[in-house]
Amino acid sequence: MLESYFPVFVFILVGIAFGFAPVLTGLIVAPHRPDSEKLSPYECGFEAFEDARMKFDVRYYLIAIIFILFDLEVAFLLPWATIFKEIANTDSVRWFGFIEMMVFIAILVVGYLYAWAKGALDWE
Amino acid sequence: MVDALQGLLQGLFGSLFPLVWTLLKIVLIIAPLLLAVAYLTFWERKVIGWMQVRIGPNRVGPWGLIQPIADGLKLLLKEVVIPTGSDKAVFLIAPMFAFAPALAAWAVIPFNDTLVLANVNASLLYIMSITSIGVYGIILSGWASNSKYAFLGGMRSAAQMISYEVAMGLALVVVLMVSNSLNLGDIVQGQGQGYFADKGLGILSWNWLPLLPMFVVYLVSIVAETNRAPFDMAEGESEIVGFHVEYSGMAFAVFFLAEYANMILVSTLASVLFLGGWLSPVGFLPDGILWLFVKISAVLFFFLWIRATFPRYRYDQIMRLGWKVFIPLCLIWLVVVGCWMMSPLNIWK
Repeated sequence: MLESYFPVFVFILVGIAFGFAPVLTGLIVAPHRPDSEKLSPYECGFEAFEDARMKFDVRYYLIAIIFILFDLEVAFLLPWATIFKEIANTDSVRWFGFIEMMVFIAILVVGYLYAWAKGALDWE
Repeated sequence: MVDALQGLLQGLFGSLFPLVWTLLKIVLIIAPLLLAVAYLTFWERKVIGWMQVRIGPNRVGPWGLIQPIADGLKLLLKEVVIPTGSDKAVFLIAPMFAFAPALAAWAVIPFNDTLVLANVNASLLYIMSITSIGVYGIILSGWASNSKYAFLGGMRSAAQMISYEVAMGLALVVVLMVSNSLNLGDIVQGQGQGYFADKGLGILSWNWLPLLPMFVVYLVSIVAETNRAPFDMAEGESEIVGFHVEYSGMAFAVFFLAEYANMILVSTLASVLFLGGWLSPVGFLPDGILWLFVKISAVLFFFLWIRATFPRYRYDQIMRLGWKVFIPLCLIWLVVVGCWMMSPLNIWK
């Protein structure tokens, strides 16, 4: 079971190597002649007058939080969706398995509508 | 011949043989993939050129065919500038985060019913998790650059990517409902069954038709996921600067490669999940890996086509489309498919 994941693991390592290799080659092969103008961050000709990691709009944060919630919902839906065909074709759990998840989605929709009504999804 | 090679390597490497054999297979996947990435950039410039009644690159080599190699060499010889005040380690690691997932995901892609590197039972889950790592590359590069443009560009691209990931995830949930398996190979096989497939018209049994709204959501979402036009807030050539504005030389090249590798990956996924993978569209032609390549090329052409056709979306429009159109649409279609499968009209027995 777990051995079948061995090629996946090797592939991830190869992928990481392929991600680093070009940058390393570039650092070695390409010329390296830094000066202060060249190294200053791009700011349309201005001298950078403060640290670039400044305060940012709270909406990005909000989007990230809502994303986590929705991604979790998707994670909960996945196992159900995987066996839904069996559920739908097994008489004993048929309606239970269906209605249960519809209730879950209904709760999800209530939260979604609340976020919408509160303007969390707006971006003007 | 394969057996002879296998025996030879077994003798040479002994207990290391499984590792060497796996590496060999990985090279057999990655080498054509990287070639495809290089020539996708060339093909894109050609196609967009033709669509704008230009010729496109035609100077380097016959019909400009050496152009991507010349581009790569040029980038290789350009200085990798690391800006002052940047976080050097993170700055250099970030491109890897963008590129590695686009390659690693290929471990579980089925090319036909037997040809797959790792036939794991949760391959779709693996794809979903590994592709979502790509957003780290964007957020880290934006943060590490110590440039306001890169920082804001990184924020916007990351928010855009995670927004469309939800819609994509929900679309995949609907695919799972009718597939009864997380294995990509099984998902393809499942599409080869049904009323029309029995009549010799497999193309109408694939997931794209009964799940048409999800197919559309998925197609648009993959364009947004890969930060491509018309959702290319990351690098709108004329007016916007994005998360990789401080990157140069090979460090930039890796982001560039990642974008195109991701395009090929998501096109492959669209082909496997909705367009029947290696299955033949009609009964009288045999199934085969060629069909998969045809479908991938078609989806890739769709990418280039919409880039040449549509004007860029505004950022608030992108977010509205993702959150207020696609997510409700996905939830509704999820319930519709659920009811459909519970009703006597169920076509997925």
